[in-house]
Amino acid sequence: MNSLQIKNLSANIADKQILKELCLEIPQGEVHAIMGPNGSGKSTLSKVLAGHPDYEVTNGEVLMDGVKILGQDADEIARSGLFLAFQYPVEVAGVSIANFIRAALQARLPDGESIKAVDYYKDLYAHMDDLGMDRKFTSRSLNDGFSGGEKKRCEFLQMSMLKPHYCILDETDSGLDIDALRIVSAGVNRMRSDDRGFMVITHYQRLLEYIEPDVVHVMWDGKIVHSGDKSLALELEAKGYDWIKEEFAA
Amino acid sequence: MIQSTEFDIDTEKGNFRFDTDYAFDAGVGLNADVVRYISNVKEEKEWILDFRLKALETFLKKPLPTHWATEDLKNINFDVIRYYLAKGQKPSRSWDDVPDDVKNTFERLGIPEQERKFLAGVEAQFDSEAAYSNMKEGLEKEGVIFVGPTEGLRDHPEIFKKWFGKVIPTSDNKFSALNSAVFSGGSFIYIPPGVKLKQPLQAYFRINAENFGQFERTLIIADEGSEVTYMEGCTAPKFETSTLHSAVVELVALKGSKVQYITVQNWSNNVYNLVTKRAMAEEEAEVRWIDCNIGSRLTMKYPGVILRGRKARGEVLSIALSNSGQHQDTGAKMVHAADETTSNIIAKSISIGTGRSSYRGLVRMPKHLKNCKNNTECDALLINSESQTDTYPAITVQGEGNSVQHEATVSKVSADQIFYMQQRGLSEGEAMSLCVNGFVNDLIREFPMEYSVELKRLIDMEMEGSVG
Ligand SMILES: Nc1ncnc2c1ncn2[C@@H]1O[C@H](COP(=O)(O)OP(=O)(O)O)[C@@H](O)[C@H]1O
Ligand SMILES: [Mg+2]
Repeated sequence: MNSLQIKNLSANIADKQILKELCLEIPQGEVHAIMGPNGSGKSTLSKVLAGHPDYEVTNGEVLMDGVKILGQDADEIARSGLFLAFQYPVEVAGVSIANFIRAALQARLPDGESIKAVDYYKDLYAHMDDLGMDRKFTSRSLNDGFSGGEKKRCEFLQMSMLKPHYCILDETDSGLDIDALRIVSAGVNRMRSDDRGFMVITHYQRLLEYIEPDVVHVMWDGKIVHSGDKSLALELEAKGYDWIKEEFAA
Repeated sequence: MIQSTEFDIDTEKGNFRFDTDYAFDAGVGLNADVVRYISNVKEEKEWILDFRLKALETFLKKPLPTHWATEDLKNINFDVIRYYLAKGQKPSRSWDDVPDDVKNTFERLGIPEQERKFLAGVEAQFDSEAAYSNMKEGLEKEGVIFVGPTEGLRDHPEIFKKWFGKVIPTSDNKFSALNSAVFSGGSFIYIPPGVKLKQPLQAYFRINAENFGQFERTLIIADEGSEVTYMEGCTAPKFETSTLHSAVVELVALKGSKVQYITVQNWSNNVYNLVTKRAMAEEEAEVRWIDCNIGSRLTMKYPGVILRGRKARGEVLSIALSNSGQHQDTGAKMVHAADETTSNIIAKSISIGTGRSSYRGLVRMPKHLKNCKNNTECDALLINSESQTDTYPAITVQGEGNSVQHEATVSKVSADQIFYMQQRGLSEGEAMSLCVNGFVNDLIREFPMEYSVELKRLIDMEMEGSVG
């Protein structure tokens, strides 16, 4: 069975341990939600998985469909099929969305092959229509001066164009109004398939009304402390995180 | 890939070194005998020898400009440089006459066969003598002259003598004096009145010997109402020791003419590239310098336009890319000397690693002039925190009704941006290329097609090389 498997993962940033022997497995075809209070290490986990060079992995292993990915360059991991929708998408002035996505697709092709412009734009426009994005967007600089909602839509446009095997969505709901949330969730739901796994990071239950998770995990102080089905999300919403701290983080 | 016993080709990027049989060689170091030797080999008239010898005196007297420029100039050892080296053959006219090793150089530079035919005239400088010069017959019929300096001054003194050394006097700076003493190679071009060349004139320059300085001299005269674009590209071989390149380029744009001069240079890391470029624009004439500098240990170059006639227009569009260990000290000069003259400067610099970019601009508009305009835009892109950039704009404007606009920006490519792009599958080099191309894109759009493509390719190569 194909999966994203995280085994006893510990990682530091600036000599401070953030992830503490974290274990988690996301099989293809499933959506796993990760919930947890601010500062519990959710974004750190997503960046370590994506191969961010600033984090030092001190223990553990991550297997993507059986292949060890820790230690690979970020771009290699990305091309193997891992996509991270950033909590704070980065602005890159001067690089247009159309050129950027095209370059990213091009990077996945073998040497000598190139993308046909006509097909590419057809595909791009279709995906933009699905996400309710204006076509003018393609010529704008990547995330440059975008509103929070526009940035998130731009992340999903990239995700749907690049067709990853594993998608990590970091706080996708932040900055989205209810309409945008619906559109983006519909996009994610369209992408759900047997050969794709999702890790949906959020600390509100709201997003999970639209993207229904198979499993909900609670993260606390660098590890997964509790897992359950989607009702766990509602419970967290109602009771807050304090009971988790009392029950599981002793 | 070319492989034979005659050539010693290093296939590494930027290595274009060929073993060539140097028939004429003035030896190492600089003195009056070397200057006489060069003049003698070229069978020059007395006045040219005098011109050279006076220039040598000026060169020896003038100090290095380290009171404002970098101390690195002190590391040039003028005593170990070869000041003259020639193929020992007359410039040849037809492709068949061109020696095989020179043809191979063209191949290595990637100039496609059919493109050569399209070129209106190709003046290829191989070492210090023009080895190949092939002008389309049509050009000759129109009276266009496209030759090297030796031929130009010998066969057409009535045209070239009048302007030679007039736009840039020998004593302009130490390196223009050096060039005036030992110049060889380059292009002398005359476009008759009303002749508008549709195809650009091209020249490919090469340096091909260790410790060998290249001192080409170019003079372009566009007569009234004529139009010409000249393209110069350089791909230098890689050397063990420093190499000096010091050219002088003079442009004369007579009434109502248009001259565009395009340079894309990609020097290896040890080259000192100290070039003086200046144009004179008469009434309603337009001069545009497009100047792209990649590589070299130190480049100092400030193309200028003296706007001498009413409504003359001058423009400098430049891109400088300095990687670790390199210093691009570039800029522009606009001297307004008549009413209603306009000038535009757009300078973009990219610094990577320890690479350093400096911009020096000079805009002069004296008090008595009316309705003059200058626009200066100066943008720097820093890739990683060690990069350096400095701007030294000197603007002297006086008088009413004149206007000067100056804008400068500095932006950075951060590690966060690189990581974001890598997360989408781009390598670090590809990500940097994309940022750099984005930064220069609107400027490159102004360039002729073939040069914008080549420039993008050079930038990609440079970014790949700068990673890791
Ligand atoms: N660059 C950094 N240097 C030091 N500490 C950091 C850095 N980035 C994050 N942290 C710390 O790591 C912890 C986890 O942060 P994060 O992964 O962003 O949590 P979450 O996404 O769950 O809110 C926090 O205590 C935060 O302060
Ligand atoms: Mg976070």
